[in-house]
Amino acid sequence: MAMIKLHLFLFLALIFLISGCAHPGVQGDKTIIEEKGSPVYTELLDNGLKVFVIQDVNAPLAVFQIWYDAGSINEQVGKTGLSHVLEHMMFKGTPAYGPNSFSKIIKRAGGIDNAGTSKDFVYYYQKLAPDRIFLSIELEADRMQNLIMQDADFLSERDVVMEERRMRYEDDPQSLVYEEVVSTAFKNHPYRWPVIGWMEDLERIKRDDLWHYYRARYVPNNAFIIVGGNINVASVVDKIKKEFGGIPRGPEIPELNIQEPEQRGERRVYVKKEAELPYVLSAYKTPNILHDDSYALDVLAGVLSGGKSARIYRSLIDEQQIALSAGAGYSNFNKFPFLFYLYGTPLPGTAIETLEQALYNEVEKIKEQPPSQKEIQKAKNQIEAEFIMSQDSIFYQAMVLAEFEMIGDWKLKDRYIEGIGNVMPEDVQRVARKYIVEDNRTAGILIPLKTQPVK
Amino acid sequence: MNTFKYQKTIFIIGCIAVLLLTVTLRAYALDVKRSVLSNGMTLMTVERHSIPVVMVSVGISAGNLHEHKDKAGLANLVASLLDEGTTSRTSQQISEEIEFVGGSVGASGGSDYIRISLSVLKKDLDLGFDLLSDIMLRPVFPEDELKKTVERVKAGLKSQEESPGFLASREYKKAIFGEHPYGRLITGTEETLDRITRADLVDFHSQYYYPNNAVMAVVGDVTPGEVQKLIDRYFAQWKPGQISLPSLAQPSLQKERKIITIDRNLTQANILLGHLGVSRGDPDYYSLSVMNYILGGGGFASRLMQNIREEKGLVYDIHSYFDPDKYSGSFRVGLQTKNESANIAIKEVLEEIKKIRELPVSDGELSDAQSFLTGSFPMRFETGARIAGFLVAVEYYGLGLDYIDNYPGYINSVTKEEVMRVAQKYLHPDNYTLVVVANQEETGLNKD
Repeated sequence: MAMIKLHLFLFLALIFLISGCAHPGVQGDKTIIEEKGSPVYTELLDNGLKVFVIQDVNAPLAVFQIWYDAGSINEQVGKTGLSHVLEHMMFKGTPAYGPNSFSKIIKRAGGIDNAGTSKDFVYYYQKLAPDRIFLSIELEADRMQNLIMQDADFLSERDVVMEERRMRYEDDPQSLVYEEVVSTAFKNHPYRWPVIGWMEDLERIKRDDLWHYYRARYVPNNAFIIVGGNINVASVVDKIKKEFGGIPRGPEIPELNIQEPEQRGERRVYVKKEAELPYVLSAYKTPNILHDDSYALDVLAGVLSGGKSARIYRSLIDEQQIALSAGAGYSNFNKFPFLFYLYGTPLPGTAIETLEQALYNEVEKIKEQPPSQKEIQKAKNQIEAEFIMSQDSIFYQAMVLAEFEMIGDWKLKDRYIEGIGNVMPEDVQRVARKYIVEDNRTAGILIPLKTQPVK
Repeated sequence: MNTFKYQKTIFIIGCIAVLLLTVTLRAYALDVKRSVLSNGMTLMTVERHSIPVVMVSVGISAGNLHEHKDKAGLANLVASLLDEGTTSRTSQQISEEIEFVGGSVGASGGSDYIRISLSVLKKDLDLGFDLLSDIMLRPVFPEDELKKTVERVKAGLKSQEESPGFLASREYKKAIFGEHPYGRLITGTEETLDRITRADLVDFHSQYYYPNNAVMAVVGDVTPGEVQKLIDRYFAQWKPGQISLPSLAQPSLQKERKIITIDRNLTQANILLGHLGVSRGDPDYYSLSVMNYILGGGGFASRLMQNIREEKGLVYDIHSYFDPDKYSGSFRVGLQTKNESANIAIKEVLEEIKKIRELPVSDGELSDAQSFLTGSFPMRFETGARIAGFLVAVEYYGLGLDYIDNYPGYINSVTKEEVMRVAQKYLHPDNYTLVVVANQEETGLNKD
């Protein structure tokens, strides 16, 4: 029942979209690191582009991903949504391949392609037969430099994004609550605005805003590439050097340095919207995976919400029978500290206040008494199994590597599993007491307005 | 890529499998061992040793095709309650045991067949099969768990009233399929759910949950020999039985246009347009796949996307598809656009449908469709879970284990004339159902 798991490998706060020159390479650093899973080959080109190649002889297809440090946190007030609109525009074509050609070329080769934008980053990918992966390398190198951005295309694509916003937010009451909660929890950090942007900003963004952003951020030293599959590592690296190696390094981009001021008391927002049932989403500011407390917070989310045997399901859904769905989630996988959530939809007849209080009671119990050793072990086993199962597809192997790399270093992957393994019941109690407290909370409540009956 | 090997071998396996035919199919590195056990269950195994994980998918022909319309939702409840208590375990024990090892086991309803799935680490495979067989063979459907589940299903139905896509789909299926089970929600309705008793669940389970009505696919870090031992140990008591399928009248094509509107305070009109399609076994299915790719199935390569999104900026998503089930199927175009644009978007959809019926597609469109459909086939084998689900469907719909070999041939033999023939035969731009969930005042739907 809508068991939203917000674990590391499953929760990517992405907006997925079906959207749609050769220079000699130069030598850089290279290493091969044997992982427990597939070997990872890394290389740094002289222009700052990092390359990772994962060789997986069992994969039936190959994957190409390019990640840019160009998520919505890099936008300005009044220009929200720009990163994501640019992601759409990246499918508009180049002089070499013609307008709207990208996805058609990939599909003709039997592949699929897509892209996603999050608060932190944007990424583009293709899945293809291993012998066709050079096509990705050629196309991506081309559109990093030579994008066509015509005003007419931009205006039409902006309309498309507005339709996307209507679909995902304006007509979806629970998503509106999420948007309000996040924008209330943060008042200074750019995490406060939605990736898709405010409608009012979308109406005002100009083609030139996108162009400057593209020129500044779509440069080799602000990106990395991951190729995975049953491929020849040396020839893939050579091909990447050939296509990307000659792209000039862009000006260095200063690190984002914006701190969120301390919160001094609960914040509460209401959304009134046509809906059938109310909804509550409570968010608590918490550190990200770079902080040692993140492991215990991850285990706390598992103890509360890791399946039907976990506390929230068992208590609120099964025993008290007050919730249609309810759970907890920890969004640890952000570049900057983000949020831990408690959420639920009450069964008809249950007041939203009752459900909200019941969610808090489950956390209070942990503050009073640490979870049992067995509960902790279960949560750890779930995280570990999820990690292993996520390696099943070469696409997700690449995703996991990239997520860690975006946050700091892909090798943090091993530290993460180790960190989870070291969590003790008292650690879970300690982080519940430290972070999941009223003064650190932003609560959002959906107040349903009546809908008209079906005619 | 198209270097398939195909071999048939017979080999000997354990005690409950007497009659068996093992077909080894090698294509796209997919090597399927198939056998029919003496109790009638079809078993398929794919070895995949890259990670220490095993995925099992079981399909049982016990979907809502098999339930009486007055008790719609029964088949789904039976599936949903399999893991809510057995003769030896309570609901809580089942979830505790499987979740402790980071695995999952459970079932979900469907129209044609219900799906039961297990995912577990290799080291916990024995426990996984123990739980899987327990919930399949010995569920007890406790009265209190039934009551709780029914309450949640009802609340879920209520909550979905706020989802425009759900409303559109529900009304669309009702209009297309009428009284046929495909026209109903698999969850049933508040009214039909109230008529269902625990005895109904027990009866339904004892009528349809037989091995000769089931298909099992096991994919992962396991050998066929290990799988056979697990089957012998945990499914030995599963005995075949007589199964009868209720006779169903075939739904018929509508003879006139139907327009259904639902008024909601939304910013977008949610639109479905279509009519009956074909069943999965229809020989024209592959020609329709090619035709539909060009019309609206091919994402950015499709005409609907090109015209209505790329050129006009009216939608974020637009697609068309033939949704084939065992005994019938539907064709639909789905899109969302701001209320004011609904009329123009609908007009353009109808124009594109007319165009593909009247004018031949280009050589480029045909070859692009064929190269995508054949070239992207291995994506279906990306994960163990996907392979398992795919194999169950191949078996259930009787596509044959040589399906993977034959598919490129089916697709590549389609001609431009064939595309036009199936467009004319299966697309009906005059007699269709149109569902519009929208702010009707802003939409001002043109009904001429």
